[in-house]
Amino acid sequence: MEAELSLNPDIPKTQTKRLAVRISSVSKQFGKGEQAVKALQGITWDVAAQEVAMLVGPSGCGKTTLISVVAGILNADQGSVSIFGESITAMSDRYKTKYRAKNVGFVFQQYNLLPALTAAENAAVPLLIQGVPRLKAVKEASELLGQLGLGKRIHARPNQLSGGQQQRVAIARALIHKPKILVCDEPTAALDHETGMIVMKLIRELAVSDDRAVIVVTHDNRIFPMGDRVAHMDDGHIESIVDGSGRPIPAMIDIP
Amino acid sequence: MGWIAIRMLTGDRAKFIGIVFGLAFASALIMQQGSIFWGLMLRTCAQIYDLRGADLWVMDPSVQFIDDVKPMLERQLGIVRGVEGIQWAVPLYKGNARAKLTFLDKTTGKRVDVTEQVILIGLDDNSLVGEPAEMFTGNLLDLHRPNSVIVDKVGLRKLFPRQGLNLTKTPEEFKSQLVKLSRRKEPAIMSKSIQTNDIPNTKTVDTASEASPVLFEMEMNEHRAEVVGVCNASRTFQSNAVIYTTFSRAKEFVPRERKLLSYVLVKVQPGQNHAEIAKRITQQSGLAALTTDEFVAKTINYYLRYTGIPINFMTTVILGFIVGTAIAGQMFYSFTLENIRQFGALKAMGVGNLRIVGMVLLQAGLVGFLGYGLGVGGATLFGMANRGQNSELAFYTHWYLLLLDAGATMIICVLASLLSVLKVVMLEPAIVFRG
Ligand SMILES: Nc1ncnc2c1ncn2[C@@H]1O[C@H](COP(=O)(O)OP(=O)(O)OP(=O)(O)O)[C@@H](O)[C@H]1O
Ligand SMILES: [Mg+2]
Repeated sequence: MEAELSLNPDIPKTQTKRLAVRISSVSKQFGKGEQAVKALQGITWDVAAQEVAMLVGPSGCGKTTLISVVAGILNADQGSVSIFGESITAMSDRYKTKYRAKNVGFVFQQYNLLPALTAAENAAVPLLIQGVPRLKAVKEASELLGQLGLGKRIHARPNQLSGGQQQRVAIARALIHKPKILVCDEPTAALDHETGMIVMKLIRELAVSDDRAVIVVTHDNRIFPMGDRVAHMDDGHIESIVDGSGRPIPAMIDIP
Repeated sequence: MGWIAIRMLTGDRAKFIGIVFGLAFASALIMQQGSIFWGLMLRTCAQIYDLRGADLWVMDPSVQFIDDVKPMLERQLGIVRGVEGIQWAVPLYKGNARAKLTFLDKTTGKRVDVTEQVILIGLDDNSLVGEPAEMFTGNLLDLHRPNSVIVDKVGLRKLFPRQGLNLTKTPEEFKSQLVKLSRRKEPAIMSKSIQTNDIPNTKTVDTASEASPVLFEMEMNEHRAEVVGVCNASRTFQSNAVIYTTFSRAKEFVPRERKLLSYVLVKVQPGQNHAEIAKRITQQSGLAALTTDEFVAKTINYYLRYTGIPINFMTTVILGFIVGTAIAGQMFYSFTLENIRQFGALKAMGVGNLRIVGMVLLQAGLVGFLGYGLGVGGATLFGMANRGQNSELAFYTHWYLLLLDAGATMIICVLASLLSVLKVVMLEPAIVFRG
């Protein structure tokens, strides 16, 4: 599905963006009977390429659950998710694992770097998973770390790096294999505001591309303006969708 | 991904070393106990191996092990000799005798009377077949002299208890040690002036013949026995002194009995099939005829079946196995748990279950390999430190034990990593997003 879509009536027709992720009526429930938690209740939301989509809302509203489904590490009960036209909800678990290795990048709140590996080796992991030879992978990762301003720290272990530096290594790791989708869960929550802003800027500069969807989950309302499309969630529902300046936009991107 | 698994493992130095040492402990224990067990089993057969030169052992059919002597009538020797295909057949006496001797205590200078149970071996008077493999001092042929016997070196310690007999001395020093101890003079004369190196019997014997001096005397069954030589014999299970003499003299050293023929040693004619001849002997004499290896197997089999020794060792080995599994398993599992987020992240990033399990097994395999190596090395060092014929410790590492230990260590590793494998397989990649 390569449809070119107009995002917003205000934006001129020349500034069209591609549909990247389509989430349709996705529901997810944890547990059964009285204990059941309806984490997602019929979520419908489109994300375009070449922008940063944000998912915000109170604790426990289902943000992490939603991006887990979108990233293919959690199965939805109902509904479908497709990424650039490929339905991830229809894939077998085996195929999904392979799909993730190639097409999904992750950034976690707690970085989740391997403490035994150097910065460059950590950033190279997705390439290694795909079978790229170690030297080549580490070389590529070192170059990318250079772009992220960590050229001098490529041999450092995670415990020798600051939080912001570790998160930059994590961003390199999430982007090294040029994924189709980047999911970031609270990437700035463990960082001070200033470092958080730097990290967000790096995500905007390096991640945003016309063949990639970028979804950032955050609590931090100070970084809302850095989103092009901000979905407010509550209690398993999407309450509203606004652009960076707070103007409402539709949940679905029109496909002519 | 393999190197990542190994880096993860070695990254946590303390845990890594702990797991390796847990496994090394188990491996070493299995190895060490196994080797001691094997060594003891070989000791039970030491005398079979020590008596060389014969192809077949002929004995009463009900004999179960070497010390289980069921004496035969001497005419059985003639019957065996008559079997076709035999080059020679000679008698062997093997039994227990009571040796008495007197010496002067090294420190107090007082007379000490010793009565010791000894293993008496009577060799064929003419050929001396079954002679000790190695003489330490003296000459085997001196057994042809009247009253002469040869004693095994290690056994001397039992004959001269608490005298601090140094077995590592050279033959000459050793001889003078013995002669000093066994001087038959009264303590009063045992003054400083005589504490020279003169050996009372040397001159007379030397001038009379080229024979060795009498080292000391004993008495068995009221017959005088003159010790003319010391031999090296393998340690026996009971560690009693072994005394070699001729068959006819052996009969004098024990109380008179109708049946005194313990074994018949047979040499098969060249080119003849041993099993064939053994069968023929059995047919014609009604006696059992076994090759050395068969007799060894029979003896070991007896000890395995009818003594508590194997159970004892097995218990230790099994304990080592269980403790090793528990320690290594517990530490390995806690290592996996500590790294569970890393494993989760890898799974989220698209590492399939097969590869994750492969990583865990590689980690288990590496610690297993190192633990095994260290364990075997440690056990071998222990064995080497206690090595030697004079050693109290029986220690023999058969290559089979190396395999067995490797197998056991591998099973420990598999068991130890089982929980970890289950854990990572069941692991939901979605946990990576959870705090
Ligand atoms: N594995 C699970 N088993 C049971 N309940 C779960 C599980 N994962 C999430 N939940 C529940 O689903 C709901 C949504 O959880 P989720 O983690 O998606 O919230 P969130 O919006 O990410 O919250 P936060 O901002 O605190 O991270 C919560 O009520 C949570 O308790
Ligand atoms: Mg969350």
